[in-house]
Amino acid sequence: MDMQIELKDVSANYQIGPIRKPNVLNSVNLTIESGTFTALIGRTGAGKSSLLKTLNGLLLPSEGSIRVGNTVIKSSNQKDAIRKIRKQVGMVFQFPESQLFAETVEKDICFGPLNFGVPLEEAKEKAKKVIDLVGLEPSILSKSPFSLSGGQKRRVAIAGILAMEPSVLVLDEPGAGLDPQGKKEIMSLISTWHQQEGLTTILVTHDMEDVALYADRVILMDQGKILKYEKTKKIFSDTDLLESWGLEIPQARHYQRRIEQETGIKLPNVCLTLEELADALVAVGLV
Amino acid sequence: MNKLILGRYFPGESWLHQLDARAKMISVVLLIAMLFIANNWLAYLFLWLITLFIMHLSQVPFHTYVRGVKPMIWLILFTVMLQVLFTSGSNVYVEWGPITISEYGLINGVFIFSRFVMIVFLSTVLTLTTKPIDLTDGINKLLTPLRLVKVPVDDISIMLSISLRFIPNLLDETQKVMDAQRARGTEFGEGSLFQQMKTLVPIFLPLFASSLNRAEDMANMMDVKGYNSGIKRSTFRRVYWKKQDTWCLCGVFFIGVVTVLLRG
Repeated sequence: MDMQIELKDVSANYQIGPIRKPNVLNSVNLTIESGTFTALIGRTGAGKSSLLKTLNGLLLPSEGSIRVGNTVIKSSNQKDAIRKIRKQVGMVFQFPESQLFAETVEKDICFGPLNFGVPLEEAKEKAKKVIDLVGLEPSILSKSPFSLSGGQKRRVAIAGILAMEPSVLVLDEPGAGLDPQGKKEIMSLISTWHQQEGLTTILVTHDMEDVALYADRVILMDQGKILKYEKTKKIFSDTDLLESWGLEIPQARHYQRRIEQETGIKLPNVCLTLEELADALVAVGLV
Repeated sequence: MNKLILGRYFPGESWLHQLDARAKMISVVLLIAMLFIANNWLAYLFLWLITLFIMHLSQVPFHTYVRGVKPMIWLILFTVMLQVLFTSGSNVYVEWGPITISEYGLINGVFIFSRFVMIVFLSTVLTLTTKPIDLTDGINKLLTPLRLVKVPVDDISIMLSISLRFIPNLLDETQKVMDAQRARGTEFGEGSLFQQMKTLVPIFLPLFASSLNRAEDMANMMDVKGYNSGIKRSTFRRVYWKKQDTWCLCGVFFIGVVTVLLRG
């Protein structure tokens, strides 16, 4: 399905109690192609989460418009459009386990689909399917979500979003606060689901390894604006620029730079994974 | 939910921000007491001017205060309606069954409305210009005399400061959970009353769960840090009574005298 996302001159303000933050997004123009895996990076407070929220109608733009597929959201919006967009865009918040509430895991996973009018039987089928997908036993469906471990809760929460079968998946640091193994598993299940279902995925992350491994495009944000929007290889080719933005460099790329400095030989391509680096080293005859 | 300003602090440098919390608390209590003493147009007009002046002094934009009243506006209007519809006296305009609209009732309605709104405004001035931590320090000091009758003042004030401390967190978290459930297709404020109540379950259960967890963590942390009620604790923050605080109380006293004089 064509799920191109287009933001035109989007500005948005944010209100916390008596304090108003103007322009958390400052005339953002952006086109994300359908079927791509985009990483959204930048410092804390750069406007990453706000950008995600606008994609789901949770934060309405003060100016400009957002188009997802063929649904358009503007500052003055009808409920239908927002409802439609929420059905298409599945959003996994930071620490999504804080949204679990039902007596059983199954009921919690069915909550989303039922809200969008899926019949109960079908929703239960979907619950079975996604619980397997996130790597949990079907027996967990009858347990209380509050009795699970942190990692399991996180998977159940993500399953609750996947069960809505969104065509756009938006994730805000899905691996935050998990152990490295758990984080890796979550990331690879998201990547698998992305490829299987042909989703358009947008991932907010601080981990450059994840960016290097999974994303094919990168958006770099600062102060509510988009600084760079490039293919992943391109953005990691200019390591000095990244460092000037206080961002880390993937391990493999870091080694590549060290090797290039020590030997004086320039490797033919930008290496983002250790495998790529090994291949490149063989290619230039260093190994 | 983000629009709720109850208990939120508005950072600033105004004269009111710099006043001692005790002076501000006493003044607000006295001013609210005056609202109940006032009983004619002149006194209310005077108190309105004073309230608006105080709000101006806080340097907080006026619309912030209006937002403070908004959540309570229905309760206020309901009370005013009761007053207007069921009070008889002097010129009666409408009389229909138990309902009577009289001049006396209308005037009382306006007074009650003013009283409510001013109470909200004045207490909002207090919370907007005083950090929660200063408020609890102030309360602790004000309650000091009760120590003589064995009231656990320190425990009360630490309980207060912990609960005040977590109001913003709780509100922010409520907003987060609401956003998360909205993203899963919940629509708030729609459908019948029963349906609306049902949409609250997915918000309150996660909030209860996280609050209980947090309380547990907090209790453990306090144990680890050696908190023990009944032991005399020294304080890190000192509160100072300055000259301007005395002036503030003098001003409030003067306003009180004028209000009593204006009283019919």
